[in-house]
Order: sequence, then C-alpha cells, then structure tokens
Amino acid sequence: MSDVISFLQPREKVLARRSTIIADLADLLPADCLVHEPRELVPFETDAFVAYRRLPLAVVLPHNTAQVAAVLKYCHRYGVPVVPRGAGTSLCGGAIPQEDAIVIGLSKMSRILEVDFANRTATVQAGVTNLSISDMVGPEGYFYAPDPSSQLACTIGGNIAMNSGGAHCLKYGVTTNNLLGVKMVLMDGTVIDLGGKHLDSAGYDLLGLVCGSEGQLGIVTEATVRLIAKPEGARPVLFGFTSSEEAGACVADVIGAGIIPVAIEFMDKPAIEICEAFAKAGYPLDVEALLIVEVEGSEAEMEAMLASIVEIARRHGVKTVRESQSATEAALIWKGRKSAFGATGRIADYICMDGTVPLSQLSYVLKRTGEIAEGFGLRVANVFHAGDGNMHPLILFNANDPVEAAKAEAAGNEILKLCVDAGGCLTGEHGVGIEKRDLMLHQYTRAELDQQIRVREAFDGQWLLNPSKVFPLDGRPQTAGAA
Amino acid sequence: MSLLLVPTREDEAADMIRAAAEAKRSLAISGGNTRSGFGQQVEAQGVLRSAGLSGIVAYDPAEMVVTARAGTPVAEIEEALAENGQMLAFEPMDHRPVMGTTGEPTIGGIFATNTSGPRRFVAGAARDSLLGVRYINGRGEVLRAGGRVMKNVTGLDLVKLLAGSFGTLGFLTEVTFRVLPRPQDQRTIILSGLDDGEATRAMAIAMSLSVEVSGAAHLPESVRGRFLNATLPDGPATVLRLEGLAASVAVRAEKLISTLQSLAPISQLDAEESRVLWQEIRDVKPYADGTMKPLWKVSVAPTSGFQLVAALRLRAGIDCFYDWQGGLLWMRMESEPEGELVRHVMHQIGGGHATLVRASVDMRATENAFEPLPAAVLALQARIKSQMDPAGIFNPGKMARG
Ligand SMILES: Cc1cc2nc3c(=O)[nH]c(=O)nc-3n(C[C@H](O)[C@H](O)[C@H](O)COP(=O)(O)OP(=O)(O)OC[C@H]3O[C@@H](n4cnc5c(N)ncnc54)[C@H](O)[C@@H]3O)c2cc1C
Ligand SMILES: Cc1cc2nc3c(=O)[nH]c(=O)nc-3n(C[C@H](O)[C@H](O)[C@H](O)COP(=O)(O)OP(=O)(O)OC[C@H]3O[C@@H](n4cnc5c(N)ncnc54)[C@H](O)[C@@H]3O)c2cc1C
Repeated sequence: MSDVISFLQPREKVLARRSTIIADLADLLPADCLVHEPRELVPFETDAFVAYRRLPLAVVLPHNTAQVAAVLKYCHRYGVPVVPRGAGTSLCGGAIPQEDAIVIGLSKMSRILEVDFANRTATVQAGVTNLSISDMVGPEGYFYAPDPSSQLACTIGGNIAMNSGGAHCLKYGVTTNNLLGVKMVLMDGTVIDLGGKHLDSAGYDLLGLVCGSEGQLGIVTEATVRLIAKPEGARPVLFGFTSSEEAGACVADVIGAGIIPVAIEFMDKPAIEICEAFAKAGYPLDVEALLIVEVEGSEAEMEAMLASIVEIARRHGVKTVRESQSATEAALIWKGRKSAFGATGRIADYICMDGTVPLSQLSYVLKRTGEIAEGFGLRVANVFHAGDGNMHPLILFNANDPVEAAKAEAAGNEILKLCVDAGGCLTGEHGVGIEKRDLMLHQYTRAELDQQIRVREAFDGQWLLNPSKVFPLDGRPQTAGAA
Repeated sequence: MSLLLVPTREDEAADMIRAAAEAKRSLAISGGNTRSGFGQQVEAQGVLRSAGLSGIVAYDPAEMVVTARAGTPVAEIEEALAENGQMLAFEPMDHRPVMGTTGEPTIGGIFATNTSGPRRFVAGAARDSLLGVRYINGRGEVLRAGGRVMKNVTGLDLVKLLAGSFGTLGFLTEVTFRVLPRPQDQRTIILSGLDDGEATRAMAIAMSLSVEVSGAAHLPESVRGRFLNATLPDGPATVLRLEGLAASVAVRAEKLISTLQSLAPISQLDAEESRVLWQEIRDVKPYADGTMKPLWKVSVAPTSGFQLVAALRLRAGIDCFYDWQGGLLWMRMESEPEGELVRHVMHQIGGGHATLVRASVDMRATENAFEPLPAAVLALQARIKSQMDPAGIFNPGKMARG
C-alpha cells in the first residue's frame, strides 16, 4: 500500500543508546522477558494493519505488574517511547511500534485471577483473551458480553484500549459498559487501581477515560469485568428485502416497537453474494439487503418476540423470511455473516472501514458509499451492525496494483468523512491508531482536539506512550515527541 | 459580592466564562438551583446557571436518541419520553424528597452528577447512556465531546470524564443521550422474612438465573413499613423486579418463583404497585423524613454490603436498606456522620466508596462528602483539572477538600 501515513522521527538519543538500554533492561528483568535479536523482533513489527511495519528497539514480555512498572519507570527516566501490545489484532495500526520504541507485550500475563459468581465479576490479567473468560465461566451459566469477531485471539487489555464491541453490543453494550475496574501503570511507573467489584467510583471517571484510550494513558495490567447470566436460548431470523431502505425502516420500526434484539446485522447485495458463494448458508440471492435479527430468552419469550418482529418485517414487504428451527439452522444463518471478512479476502484484497452513523442516515450513507466507490472505479461490500449504526464497508481492490491501492485508501477516507458529515464518527470499534490519525481534524475542531491532547498530557507529559498514534503529528505541543 | 449569571445562549455563556477566567473570578455552576449543599461547600464569587439554556433540541424515537440543552427540566424530558413509550434506562433518582430541597432538577445536573437509580446495576449508570456533550471549558472555549452514535472510539472519551465531574471541569450546555423502550409490563416478586445475609444470597441466586432481574433490593424490617403505605407483607422484604414484554414477564416470574420458593414465603406486586415501590426505593423514601440526620450512599461489592452493615451496627446507630443486589447501601446515622468509621470498615471488607449525601451544615464543614482518593489518583485528577480549567474557576473545592 502507498506510504501516506508518516511516523515520528525516531529519537536519535534513544537510538544511540540502544545497547545500553538493552543491557539495562536485561538487568531489570528475568532473561525470558526480553527480546532484542532483530530476527525475534519481526513478529512485533506490525499488527493486523499490515500495510505498515517498523522494527522496535526491543520487546519486553513481563510476568507481572511490578515488572511493567519497573520498565516504564526506566523508560520515563530516559525518554524511551513505549508501545503497549496485546495480541496485535488491531486493525488501525494501534500496536505498530517504531525503531526507538520498547514494545511491552502482555501475552505472558494471561491468568484468570479470580472468578466471583456471587458478585458476577472476573478479575483477569490484561493478556487474557476475550473468549477465554466466557469459556471459563460458561459451564456455570455465565458469559462476558463484549464479543469482537477477533475474540479468540484479542486480549482484554487490547479490548479496553480499543473499547471493543461486537455483534451483541446492541443489548449488552461495549467494553466500557462491562468494565468494573483496572490496575494500571502510569508512564512514570506509578501503579493505580481504578474501580473494583463495586459500581461507579469516587472522583472523576478515570476508568471511563482509560477505556478506549488506545494505550495513550497507561498500561493496563489487570481488569475486573462484569459477568452476565446466559440467556436460556438465542435464535436468529433471516430477512431478505428488495431495498436497503425497507431493511433500514424495518430496523427502526422494530426498535420503535420497544423490542431490543441482541443483534441486528445488515448485509447488502455484494456482501450477500460474496458470503453465500463461500459459506453456502442458503442466503437468498434475489434480494438487495439482508437482515439477521437475533433474540434471546426462553422458548415462549423468543416465540413472542419473533412473531412481532416478523409482523413488522412483513409490513416492509419482506421477500424472504427464514426462522431457524434448530441449532444447526441458527448456526448456518450466522455462518455466512461470520465468514464475511474471510470470504471477501478470498476474492480480492480489501480494506475494512469502521465508521458509525445515526440510524436515520443509514440508507443515505449506504447509497453515497456505493457512489464514492464507483467514482474510484472500485467495488464495495457492506456488512454491519445495523442496530447501532456501525458500518463496515469493505472496499475491494488489488493490492499488487499501487494505483488501485491508493484509490482504495482515498475512497476509504472519503467514506469516513461521509460518516462524520452525516452526524456519525470516524470509528465505532477499530480505533484511530495511525490509520485515522490524520482524519481527526475532520471530526474535531482544533480546540476540541487540543483539549483531548491536554488531558492526555496530564498522564504522559513527555509523549512516551504510543506516541505516533491517535493525534495528528502536526499541531502537537512543541515538547511532544521531541527527539 | 456574588454575581448571578444566567446565559440564554451558548456563546453568551462562553463570554461570561472567558471573562471570569481572565479576572480569575470563581463560579459555582448550578442547574435547577436545587443548590442546597451537596458535596463540599463551594466558595465562589459568582453563580453560573444553566436554567436559561433549556429545551429539547432533537428527539427521534426510532433512533432512541435525545439531544437537549443542559438546563432542560428532567420532568420535561421524562414527559417527552413517556409520550413515545421510552425512558431513561438509568432511572435517575429525584433527590428532592430526601434532601428537603425544592426547585427543578435539570438534565445537565443529572449527567454532571452521574445520578442513577435502581436499574443501574444491570443497565449502566447515567454516564453509560450519555453519548455526547457540548460544553465550555475553563478557557471559555465551546467544545464537543462524543457524538450522537452509540459506538464511538474516536479519540479520548471526554464524555465519561465530564459525566460525574460535578461541574468542576466544564459547563455543560447540551447533552445527547440514549433512551430505551419503556417495558410493556413489570412485576415484583417479594421474599419475606430473610435476614440481611440470607437476602444477599437470595439476590445473588436471582441474578444467576436467565430471567433478567432489573431491580434487586432488600428492605429490612426497620424500613419495610415506610414503603407502599406499609402494605408489604410482614417481615423484611427482599424485592426482585422483572420487566419486559408481558409474555416474558410471566414466564420469568414463574421461573424465579420456582427457584426461590424454598427460601422464603413469596408474594407478588402487580405492575402499578411495582412501579410505585421502585420509585420509592429510587428516591430513598424511608429517609425522606424531614430531618437532616446524616445520610450515606455507599457502593461496595454486592455480597459485602451486609457485612459492612453488620460491622458498623456494633459501633454506631444506623438504619439502612440495600439496592443494587445488596451493593448499594442507603444508611442513615442516628447522630454523627461517623465518616472515618464507615470508610475504615468499608476498606476492611474489600473497598468501595462512600458519599455523604445529607448532613447539617456544621457536620458538612468537617466531614469529607466524597470518598478520599489515594495520593497518586488525586495528583492525576489535579493535573486533569488544570488542563480543563487552568484558572481553577469552576466550583472550587467541590470535589476535593482544600
Ligand atoms: C479479524 C478481526 C476481526 C475484528 N473484529 C473486531 C470487532 O468485531 N470488534 C472490535 O471492536 N474490534 C475488532 N477487531 C479489532 C481488534 O481485534 C480489537 O481492537 C482488539 O481489542 C485488539 O486487541 P489486541 O489484544 O489484539 O490488542 P493490540 O492489537 O495488541 O493493541 C491494540 C491497541 O491497544 C493497546 N494496548 C494493548 N494492550 C494494552 C494494555 N494492556 N494496556 C494499554 N494499552 C494496550 C495497543 O497499544 C494498541 O493501541 C478485529 C480484528 C481482526 C483482526
Ligand atoms: C445521592 C445524591 C444526592 C444529591 N444531593 C444533591 C443535593 O443535595 N443538592 C444538589 O444540588 N444536588 C444533589 N445531587 C444531584 C442531584 O440529584 C441531581 O444531579 C439533580 O439533577 C440536580 O439537578 P440540578 O439541575 O438541580 O443540579 P444542581 O443541583 O444545580 O447541580 C448539581 C451538580 O451538577 C453541577 N452542574 C449542574 N448543571 C451543570 C452544567 N450544566 N454543567 C456542569 N455542571 C453542572 C453543579 O455544579 C453541581 O455540582 C445529588 C445526587 C446524588 C446522587
């Protein structure tokens, strides 16, 4: 892909001291915590935003909070940038390092510390994967609600940094709504505890501020999350509509009727075709838009809710209605949707956008998205969480063609700006990272961004934490990122 | 000399704040002027009120999102929502009965204080519903944070920071929040005769079932008679609320009862009685007693609440009831606030936070209303405050003593 995203100049002073820094870190940490051979650094040079990569100065894989604190204190003292890293599944380049940075990877801190069913909490180390919490508590009838599609790999620390969500967040909310407390290390090595097993906290809502801060404020080492009793059952229904307007209006009416399904997923025609060709899920190919609506509860509850939802869909001229009669059928309905990214990857290279728009703007934004892609001579497939307006246009292109790659990137930027102009935002779940950093001034005024920057500086005045991310490189205070 | 500022436009408010910042003139921010002292006493040279910034700006029920100016009376919002069969999910309390104040609570005040009621433990706090704000920082700059969509991870979440900052970081001029459909039906299951510990266990069991309990409170014998005109059955009442589609509520009630019936005699309240009961719990009815006896709101892990109360009872005269599955304690003290004791015991049982909601002026002068914070967090907060309000003009002394 084209090299349009720039990085900060590496700090010369840091590069010059490389061997000393590595020797010092070796003194601070057990041998198995430090990685510095160039060959061994390669797995850490990028994340799931693979278009960009940089080898870090060294990688530290601590076992505990005290080691994280010791490394941060050291880096703070010598002005060494630090990039926190979970599983590296970030889609916005949030965990991509630089030549002068120490990557602190939480992968060794992957223990579930305590599960407390009576209080419905789990306390885990930051490197625990999202899915392993639900796996651990599932047999007792509980689950951890936020379910990013990457949940098999991504870590709770990364989820907190990105405020991740998934298909089921319409009902249960995203990470910030399910997080009760963290232990975190500030850049100067201070360890603080925010929240706990109780609700809300004294003072400012620092927990809320940390969630979604993309590794800019500190390194989270432990988290206490909320567990929820599993519903008795869940059942999806699949609808095919002859226009995306009708599908959109159906979503609005379901919600207007007082029904909050756990998930409402939307696919447009190109997405339906791609997924069906791959997953053979039996999706109708003679419709323009498809909705998967999932409800939860006891048999009787699901029956009642589905009856109302189907009624509403009929009022919008639904062409296909497929109610799942069994677990196998339910899995098949989801299979097509869940394979969307993989299926698309088989037919073309693609970039996955992540803008959010108000529900009332959905049809308009879908139409304009198609026009924008067409204007660049590209195809776009849309799959998204319709209940909360989080769109994922997949822009298809050929990565071996630099001209087309540049067009895809430009089309992506246009689409994100469109989302903002329609009253939405640049990113609903994937984060800003380096990818959308330079678009921030499209969503915020200079003064608004400056206020965020000043709050950031209350945590890390030297801009050592993940410094080339989130905020545009120009317009930062003079001290920031100085070599 | 105290100055009363009531801007009617946002830019006017910004001018006033800029002028105050330049003159280093402090401002007490208030919403509905229900200003009787909650929190630390604010000594300010002027009062800035949001009352002139009023009215619903946008409300599309199908989107479940409302935008309103900060000074809009909560009553006006609730009325508009009710007309469309919707509600504020976090069920904010009306503090007037218990505080003995009058005046009109504002929607800005609700979010500035992050005030939430009984549904908070399953539906989130006020801050979880708040999607976006317009506010004016201490430099007099008009700024936005968040937006009007539910999912937004674009930059730092200053919305959360401003929610619950009690007017110390910025003056809210407009708030955008998510609302939910009003449940079609509700009912409350009552378990009678359980002591505090047994009730805590029963509530935990209820929460472990897939029945979506949306209210779980325990009303000991000392307060039971002060709810629903003393019509609750004899003995302590452990109350569990179910809400939703009528069919769902019926099915869930059956399941809940069959699981819990071996623990205690069970009775039920219909939708109307249930609605009244939860409003009384929300507004802390037993202690809306016309006194200024010290009242604490303590948040701890649900199963620790009764232990805290048991330990305190040995050393102080307290009356108490539980919300949030046992994790929220409303405690009225017989004479002194006993802050040090409350906090000491709270930390022994695993931590939480205690807020002195009501006390006489004299007592408030010596007692910390908010939970004292560890030094590192306090220092961080002070740095944040100076980045939002560099001249320190907003609500000086409100949240931290000194
Ligand atoms: C196939 C695929 C599907 C995805 N689907 C979704 C989805 O449905 N919803 C969604 O929200 N996201 C999704 N993502 C994006 C990604 O999985 C999430 O952003 C995830 O939370 C990142 O977690 P991670 O552990 O991989 O973090 P990383 O990628 O390692 O890091 C992400 C960011 O968090 C910071 N960070 C990591 N750990 C910590 C810590 N302990 N303390 C402080 N900062 C830290 C890093 O510095 C970086 O900025 C998807 C990604 C892929 C590849
Ligand atoms: C347990 C508890 C007890 C409470 N007791 C009291 C009490 O005794 N007195 C009381 O006044 N409130 C109290 N509150 C807050 C009150 O319940 C609600 O916030 C209510 O909405 C007050 O609305 P108001 O408009 O009258 O706000 P006010 O009472 O005028 O203000 C409440 C707080 O919010 C801030 N605030 C108000 N409007 C804005 C704004 N536009 N921008 C920024 N900050 C703003 C004020 O500075 C103040 O710190 C209490 C809250 C709780 C949870």
